Amino acid sequence: MKMTGTQAFMKCLEEENVQTIFGFPGGSVIDLYDTILQQDKIHHVLVRHEQAAVHAADAFARVTGGVGVALVTSGPGATNTVTGIATAYLDSIPIVVFTGQVPTALIGNDAFQEVDIVGITRPCTKHNYLVKDVKDLVPTIREAFHVARSGRPGPVLVDLPKDVMNSMINFPDKKPVEMRTYKPTYEPHPGQIEKACKTIMKAKRPVLYIGGGVILGNAHKELTEFARKLDIPVTMTLMGLGGYPGTDPLSLGMLGMHGTYFANMAVAKSDVLIAVGARFDDRVTGKIDEFAPGAKIIHIDIDPTSISKNVDVDIPIVAGCKQAMAQMNKWVDACDYDIDAKKAEFIPWLDQIKEWKNKHPLGYVDETDIIKPQFVIQKLHEMTQGDAIITTEVGQHQMWAAQFYHFNNPRTLITSGGLGTMGYGFPAAIGAQMAAPGRTVIDVAGDGSMQMNIQEFATVMQEKLPIKIALLNNGYLGMVRQWQELFYDKRYSATPMEVVPDFVKLAEAYGAVGLRATKPSEVEPVIKEALATDTCVLMDFVIAREEGVFPMVPAGKATTDMLLV
Amino acid sequence: MKHTISVLLQNKPGVLSRVTGLFSGRGFNIESLSVAQTIEKDISCLTLVTRGDNAIIEQITKQLHKLIDVIKVTDISDTDYVEREMALIRIKAEAATRAEVLRIADIFRARVVDVSQKSYSIEVTGSHGKIAAVTELLKPIGIQEIVRTGSIAMTRASKKY
Repeated sequence: MKMTGTQAFMKCLEEENVQTIFGFPGGSVIDLYDTILQQDKIHHVLVRHEQAAVHAADAFARVTGGVGVALVTSGPGATNTVTGIATAYLDSIPIVVFTGQVPTALIGNDAFQEVDIVGITRPCTKHNYLVKDVKDLVPTIREAFHVARSGRPGPVLVDLPKDVMNSMINFPDKKPVEMRTYKPTYEPHPGQIEKACKTIMKAKRPVLYIGGGVILGNAHKELTEFARKLDIPVTMTLMGLGGYPGTDPLSLGMLGMHGTYFANMAVAKSDVLIAVGARFDDRVTGKIDEFAPGAKIIHIDIDPTSISKNVDVDIPIVAGCKQAMAQMNKWVDACDYDIDAKKAEFIPWLDQIKEWKNKHPLGYVDETDIIKPQFVIQKLHEMTQGDAIITTEVGQHQMWAAQFYHFNNPRTLITSGGLGTMGYGFPAAIGAQMAAPGRTVIDVAGDGSMQMNIQEFATVMQEKLPIKIALLNNGYLGMVRQWQELFYDKRYSATPMEVVPDFVKLAEAYGAVGLRATKPSEVEPVIKEALATDTCVLMDFVIAREEGVFPMVPAGKATTDMLLV
Repeated sequence: MKHTISVLLQNKPGVLSRVTGLFSGRGFNIESLSVAQTIEKDISCLTLVTRGDNAIIEQITKQLHKLIDVIKVTDISDTDYVEREMALIRIKAEAATRAEVLRIADIFRARVVDVSQKSYSIEVTGSHGKIAAVTELLKPIGIQEIVRTGSIAMTRASKKY
């Protein structure tokens, strides 16, 4: 069938089952936008800044497990996507970003709104493409989706020159993407599985340390089965929260810089550490030489470069987390070991962990006249039965959400872990709500981050999304302030937000609802009203100004050197 | 330790920049680099020389392999291999030194590729050490210009019959 490049583009998206795209028009993509208008299968969400389009697409992917799609114009439209792309890259999120480009004849001429976006994004995409000939268009788009979603997922950018999109082609038949140079490994090596399982069978103090790979690889069921089969305690990275039920007795919560006391102690004293889809990030390990010093390390990861990058691994397993955990379950089921005897051997270890839990549980000092941020998160958890999708910005509020929401299900915490992008949560809430229309989506925000993509109120209202924003307002860039308090003698350089808008009025200016709580007794009624309202509500919680996030491992210290509440 | 790594990659625009970007972005160093088409016109072979301990070299080879356009990565330092560099050297050669230049060129089996009244240009091929040796000897006479390639390398064929 003969068609234009723009029509072929839309047909490719249909092939990939894309129903929602996030974007912003411009000169180089005006023809594409004309084609969008002539169809009704794909819904286009008009954002107010291109960065938000990418974050929304990213959150859409995190919630659905599919591939998120963003479409922007050339030049500034393209450069505005870079932070969003880097965010997705650091968290391995499958998205495809389509950028318009000036006509091929003008490329390299410093044409109006021309930028070498393929060059700019080379280090922060899994792969990227410039389509120079319309006959390559369809195969490239198919390949882009394949690369984005397979193996260790990641963002892919496709640059589309205007003339290419206006050329005519015969739409080629769909066939499976075959790439000579790219074939991810999913199935684990049976010998390595056996080695790993035997090592676990000899362990006395094992810990499962799980990361975002468990969620991206849909391995939570297999992982949960494995942990419960042997009674192995589980700690999660920020990206791994929800990969194992947070309220389960075997859960140690988050580990690392703001991890729980008992998670960090358990990892430090473990004799076998089973890392599943985690990458030994510096926020997790602290001082690397003192991270799990006595442990044999088993590392399951789909990306070989993650293995032995930061710590030496004793038993590497290159595989999908789901496949590897399934094989380990099978091995344990079929093995000759006495599993009940093995579980009995772990009892002293679990008792020790219980003791740590009782000694330093997660907590905070409650007050009667001033709202504590942790209290707000606890209330949110209680009043949503732990079943909301929580997006976050980046900073203290993000850590409080991670510590106190106790995520029980995968794909319910949508947060920028690797890059730590302030301004992520609000546009992410748009993507999340588009992906899960019936669910409660709450952006847990701070007053600093909130202002980084606040223009997206217009998008939310245009799409009539019932997103809730829980704004923990302390008038500070709180996380940096906390570092300044602890390590810079309270020299608060550039962290007080001397001018903070009236967020309630701001929400109202966009046609959303604004509610404010200044006393602990107002928290519950405000949340109740917000949850009962079917439009966008911003809840402005005026919180204790200098509340800190604890425990805290100072940067570069061993994870057992925690500052506690 | 020095490692020579051979990389087969798709001959496409931007591929070389993906490789060099990987090295600069991750703080690995490149001592020399040489790249050209192979017998298949859509595949290039890139030879690079780098330095690092085993953990770094392992990361380099894995990271190279992770690039979508890379077909094959071989650390040929692990094998028995032949490595060559080439240099073009223009040496000052006036009456007193003309014969000496030729003598040195002859010892190193270099070829004269250009000649003028005041200089010789020679082409010399060999290992990194050989090129270094010949330049050391020619330096006192007066090197006017030197252009060197990066290393290219190839594993030796199996000698088993």
